[in-house]
Amino acid sequence: MEDGTPCPLDTSTPDEIIAAIQEAGVVGLGGAAFPTHVKLKVPEGKFVDTLIINGAECEPFLTTDHRVMLEQSDDIFVGIRYLLKVSGAEKVIIAVEANKADAAEHLRATFPGDLNGSVELLRVKYPQGAEKMLFAALLGREVPSGGLPLDIHALCCNVATTAEIGRLLPLGRGIQERVITVTGPAVKRKGNYRIPIGTPLRFLLEHVGVEEDVNRVFLGGPMMGGAASSLDISITKGTSGVTAFTDSAAERTHSPVYPCIRCGYCVDACPIFLDPSLLGRLAANQEFSVMAERHNLMDCFECGSCSFVCPSHIPLVQQFRAAKAAVRKAAAGKTGAT
Amino acid sequence: MPAPGKTLEIRTSPHILSGYSVDSIMFNVVLALLPVTAFAIFAFGLAGLLTLSMALVSCVLTEHLICRATGKPTTIGDWSVTITGLLYGLTLPPSLPLWMVAVGGVICVAMGKALFGGLGYNTFNPALVGRAVLQAAFPVAMTTWIAGFTAGRFTSLPSSTLTLPFTEPTVDAVTSATPLALWKFSRETTAVADLATGFTSGSAGETSSILIILGGLYLIARNMMNWRIPVSIIAAVFVLSGALHLVDPTRYASPVFMIFSGGLMLGAMFMASDMVGSPMTSIGCYLYGALIGVVTVVIRTWGGLPEGVMYAILLGNAVTPHLDRWFRPRVYGTATKEAAS
Repeated sequence: MEDGTPCPLDTSTPDEIIAAIQEAGVVGLGGAAFPTHVKLKVPEGKFVDTLIINGAECEPFLTTDHRVMLEQSDDIFVGIRYLLKVSGAEKVIIAVEANKADAAEHLRATFPGDLNGSVELLRVKYPQGAEKMLFAALLGREVPSGGLPLDIHALCCNVATTAEIGRLLPLGRGIQERVITVTGPAVKRKGNYRIPIGTPLRFLLEHVGVEEDVNRVFLGGPMMGGAASSLDISITKGTSGVTAFTDSAAERTHSPVYPCIRCGYCVDACPIFLDPSLLGRLAANQEFSVMAERHNLMDCFECGSCSFVCPSHIPLVQQFRAAKAAVRKAAAGKTGAT
Repeated sequence: MPAPGKTLEIRTSPHILSGYSVDSIMFNVVLALLPVTAFAIFAFGLAGLLTLSMALVSCVLTEHLICRATGKPTTIGDWSVTITGLLYGLTLPPSLPLWMVAVGGVICVAMGKALFGGLGYNTFNPALVGRAVLQAAFPVAMTTWIAGFTAGRFTSLPSSTLTLPFTEPTVDAVTSATPLALWKFSRETTAVADLATGFTSGSAGETSSILIILGGLYLIARNMMNWRIPVSIIAAVFVLSGALHLVDPTRYASPVFMIFSGGLMLGAMFMASDMVGSPMTSIGCYLYGALIGVVTVVIRTWGGLPEGVMYAILLGNAVTPHLDRWFRPRVYGTATKEAAS
């Protein structure tokens, strides 16, 4: 493999580092695939005081962050140095869920003495790995509704993304592979694999072995992952996992839908304290603008917890996604007319 | 490995569910009510059995027929009407004429539930709607209580049970005042041990507090009941009646007596906690429970009736939508009112 132009940590300016990250093609490897260089540009007048490295797995079933923390800690710390230099943050917090104490221990043991920061253990509760949840848990700060993490002087970066920055920039290479959890009841050799980007999904599944009756394959985890329509698609930078179910393991989602019985499970489950029950009733009546203007629909980050707990099996988050799309479309129509 | 042409199923996330479902929750409530039901039959014999059966059958049949008449698939399979039927039967005096039981059962489901739109849409607890109508229509029959544990209870019936419709029921069985009526009208107290175990007179299912609590604990353990509701009702009754008792123990009953007598335990555990009629937020549940507890004590102490749990819960049901609106939690990332001003 031929190396490109290295971007040395000590002699590069923040702008050069950002350019190198863009050049390397690094995006958020937690699953959102948001371009990292865009997130790192701190606008005039804003500042960052804390950098959070997100090692709290974004989904149940997925364990990529866990393996990366155990096996690539050196890369992670180099990546942190780049990110601190770019963002101007004073300290770094590595967030790890409490059920991955071995990873936290390993990171604490290898934590460089000259870095200002700590490794913090967090409660295991989906969606702990969502950055909004991390800011509240670690800093006691909430991203304002409709705002950005920069508004609360924080920056969050996934551990795998950080490790890739630390691995690629000193060599001047571009991103060519990523760690993927391949799991689910239909997978024979479950585990984490380092997969070249662009690998066909079919090739990957052949390699790990899947049951004959596999009928649902998700790119990502079971809570937020999108369903693959065909096995002949490729692994992308945003594919944090592949979860495969068989016919028998999927029966649960075929249950009948009952009316809302106001049990309040969804109200307890919503991590940002929306009222999914009420939003669900509004969505059924297509009152999308009321949902957005009076009941904070647009703050929903679609974690799916409401649909997961609903004993009436009402497709709540599915309706909210459709409602958000309708609201955005209406807003785009308005600006287009003026 | 599946063939290249294999069709995959496409759905939107989430792709897994917690496993809770309406019918399993409702079925577990029925299970939790079974010990209380069995004790009611044991205590009141044939009269208890017939009252409970008629209540159950009239409610379930009404729901089934309404579904048929409106061209919808029957909903009796979700078990919710079974709960209504059981709870309604358990709140009735065991000697109530069976035709009145049937009329009330039809009212429970037709007026209390179907009229509002069925499961999930009923503002008030259907069982209590039926009972409240009966209380207004037949005040004497609804407050005539037979003694439990009589020798011939499994072989003979009180004559009132089989009274023909629209005739005056005659009661030949041994009647007995409820502990609350004894206190209200003659200041007699009943031993707490008898109240807790159920060896007193009263409605079919309200006498044994211990079995009611056991059923409630089962539901709480399975996360199928919001514990805040019974706890705050009982706490509110205990605190308010305790304060009154301290002021004047001869006029105001002791708080322990207040908790274990009448329909309080059954109402707090199984009727006020009905998910459909109770608030969804924790703070709403505390306030809802406190309101029910306070109104219960007020009616029992200063009202004309010895018992007020039913009206307290119906009032609580009416306030629930407001509690849900007033005490909506602050959404993440939105400023509090104080911070915004």
